[in-house]
Amino acid sequence: MSTLTATRIAQRPLRRGGFLSHTGFITGRWLRAQYRSPALIAFTLVQPAIWLLLFGQLFKGVVALPGFSDSSYIAFLTPGIVMMTALMTSGWSGTTFIDDMDRGVMDRMLTSPVRRGALMAGQLISNGTTTVIQTVLVFAIGFAAGARYDGGVLGYVVTIVASMLVGTAFGSLSNAVALLTRRQDALIGISQFVSLPLTFLSSIMLDLKLAPDWVGVAARFNPVDWAAITARQALSATPDWNSAARHGAYLLAFTLLVGYLSTRAFRTYQRSV
Amino acid sequence: MAPSPALEAAELVKTYPAGRKKPPLRALDGLTFTVPEGVVLGLLGPNGAGKSTTVKILTTLSRADSGTARVVGLDVVKQQEEVRHAIGYVPQKSSCDPMATGVENLVLSGRIYGLSRQESVRRAAELLERFDLTEAGGRQVRTYSGGMQRKLDVALGLVHRPRVLFLDEPTTGLDPEARADLWTEVERLSGTEGLTVLLTTHYLEEADRLAGQLAIVDHGKIVAEGTPEALKAELRGDSVHVELVEPDTEGIVRRLLAALPGIGEIVVEGNTLRARVDRGATAVPAVLGALEEKAIPVLAVTVSRPSLDDVYLQYTGRSFKSAEKNEERAA
Repeated sequence: MSTLTATRIAQRPLRRGGFLSHTGFITGRWLRAQYRSPALIAFTLVQPAIWLLLFGQLFKGVVALPGFSDSSYIAFLTPGIVMMTALMTSGWSGTTFIDDMDRGVMDRMLTSPVRRGALMAGQLISNGTTTVIQTVLVFAIGFAAGARYDGGVLGYVVTIVASMLVGTAFGSLSNAVALLTRRQDALIGISQFVSLPLTFLSSIMLDLKLAPDWVGVAARFNPVDWAAITARQALSATPDWNSAARHGAYLLAFTLLVGYLSTRAFRTYQRSV
Repeated sequence: MAPSPALEAAELVKTYPAGRKKPPLRALDGLTFTVPEGVVLGLLGPNGAGKSTTVKILTTLSRADSGTARVVGLDVVKQQEEVRHAIGYVPQKSSCDPMATGVENLVLSGRIYGLSRQESVRRAAELLERFDLTEAGGRQVRTYSGGMQRKLDVALGLVHRPRVLFLDEPTTGLDPEARADLWTEVERLSGTEGLTVLLTTHYLEEADRLAGQLAIVDHGKIVAEGTPEALKAELRGDSVHVELVEPDTEGIVRRLLAALPGIGEIVVEGNTLRARVDRGATAVPAVLGALEEKAIPVLAVTVSRPSLDDVYLQYTGRSFKSAEKNEERAA
């Protein structure tokens, strides 16, 4: 019996799946789940639509204030709302991990040969596709409300990439918080607590020339603001590519850093189970 | 060279750090055991005894503070990757993705373990057939009953033909029918391809029925090991159960019985007293006589051969039921 088993094992050499193929499998799992409940994506658009249409009307006049660099408030607001939507939606990303932990799915995955990085990346890629869809839809709402851009296709592409980076960075932070707290209420609390200041200490709503100095200083360290700056520059008629590239690079570095740190959170989770 | 045992745990210690309002918990306290290949080992103990922690360490999910563990000769810390290929793990809570179908769950698992797409699909069909889930295979798992989900969980643990399968409390929360169904499945498993199964349970009946070998876990240690029959046979004598009309609040009955010859340890639980006796046939008349003399009303007196409950009592000094209650209160 034991020799039989030994031969069987010997004939099936260990095949170590690579990071890329595992990421593919995990991405497939989340995309499938996402497209089975498309209503969720639509639901997360309600808030940005209200922001755009309500604030777009309410603050129509601010562009007349001296110091405001854009000529149409809705055109100014739309890229900001794109980033805000990416931020807010991705804050929920970790709830998928909590669901997996509440069931035995996470524990089964972690005892399988699946790469930890693939568990993180797969979920984030699927989250990134949601961000792309939302970005396109927010632009559509903005366009309907009168926002026009001179930056051409490249401007839109840069904005979409920047929004994906915001979504990925804050999605992986959310996943990390999920792994560390293992509780839905804690995750939601922390994500609300973080996303509000990130939204308001930035140029999402207003040109920072109109804000107190300290807000401008805080915004300089705000990844969401980096994304908003990159997008506005790329969309404008005369982009300052230098500024766009610099802020985009900050954003990319931030995303990679938190992605790495979040993957490390699996270890902390495994220590506590 | 003798083949290495399927499972070896030596002096495992694991302490969970203190949390909010929780003192540090020593879950494992020098746990040691060995399981030969092809055996179904039952780890029996109340909630909180350390069964799940043991499984988590052996499956590479968690890590022991000290001690060593090997699965089919592979070290669970140094050869993590190889161990993961050799084992299947069915956690306590259902481990299938409710948003995916049965087939999708199985195929994903197959792909992760390195099976090709084709192989995975074939294996999925094979397992669904075996667990009688073929018809449900195309449906999302959230539409499955608890029993069906549990069967899919076990199937997920078998996709890559592991050499050791871990079943953590496989029937907890199932209705009696689904439980019986799963027992049949586990019995069939143990006969196949030299598969070794480690099963944790807090059901005495389940341990008695499924486990070829049994290890009783108490406070993070193995306190007894052997086949269920051998463990029971080690206990000499019989067990007498006296059911009273009113609870023995002042311990009168207890003292009365303790004074009789040939009576061993006595345990009181509500209206029931249980005593280990040398010979049931002579003890019963003596017990009845003594109770009648004091005019203590009795509902029933029964004699039985030692059960696993008695084995548990013998090794831990408390009955299984009371241990469960205590652990629940503590938790």
